[in-house]
Amino acid sequence: MAKLYSKNPQIKETLNPKKETIDFLLNYSKALSVINCNKMKFEALLN
Amino acid sequence: MRHELIADAALVKNYIEGDENSLSILIYRHKQKIYSFIYSKVFDKDITEDIFQDTFIKVIKTLKLGKYNEEGKFLPWVMRIAHNLVIDHFRKNSRMPKFDNSGEFSIFSVLGDSSLNAEKQLIKDQVESDVRRLIEELPEDQKEVLIMRMYNDMSFKEISDRTGVSINTALGRMRYALINLRKVIDKNNIILTN
Repeated sequence: MAKLYSKNPQIKETLNPKKETIDFLLNYSKALSVINCNKMKFEALLN
Repeated sequence: MRHELIADAALVKNYIEGDENSLSILIYRHKQKIYSFIYSKVFDKDITEDIFQDTFIKVIKTLKLGKYNEEGKFLPWVMRIAHNLVIDHFRKNSRMPKFDNSGEFSIFSVLGDSSLNAEKQLIKDQVESDVRRLIEELPEDQKEVLIMRMYNDMSFKEISDRTGVSINTALGRMRYALINLRKVIDKNNIILTN
């Protein structure tokens, strides 16, 4: 029988971001507030 | 939890109105697709993590600033942001190339350092000074032609003008200079290689 020389797929596990990254994003979103002031918008990070 | 019932567009709307939980649902719903997309381009988990984070920071800012206007196309929009950030990453790296030598392929097999190391530089200096001393041993007329040709980089026409002999004579003197040099080198077993 012919040998199969194809490589095993290198990535077997599903690719997902780290939990810390997602937590950071959610906290960042909570901390970021946009202040409207005379038709201008300001970003403020309130930790 | 069954979040699939709520459409992306509704979640985006809720988020803009202040519901932070909607963002969480959106991120968890699409994280794998976006992360895999970035990883398929950069093949590095740390860089993927960075780009993934930057992508969502941009998403959050755009949504909070009220600049988002592509209702119903949330995922393609995020993918486009990720794609642009991947391009930015490669652009930045091509301006400032970096490489890690952890893989099997070594960049040094392609790129070499052409400058000599200290040992080879010493040998080169030694060879050059040996050749200089050998040239000093040549008859005056041959030495003159050889120095003009090899060290001053003059053409045989210029040499003939300078020395007042014909070009053929200059060529002949050069030939004899080389023959004589070889003879001396052979006779004394001088090694002039680096």
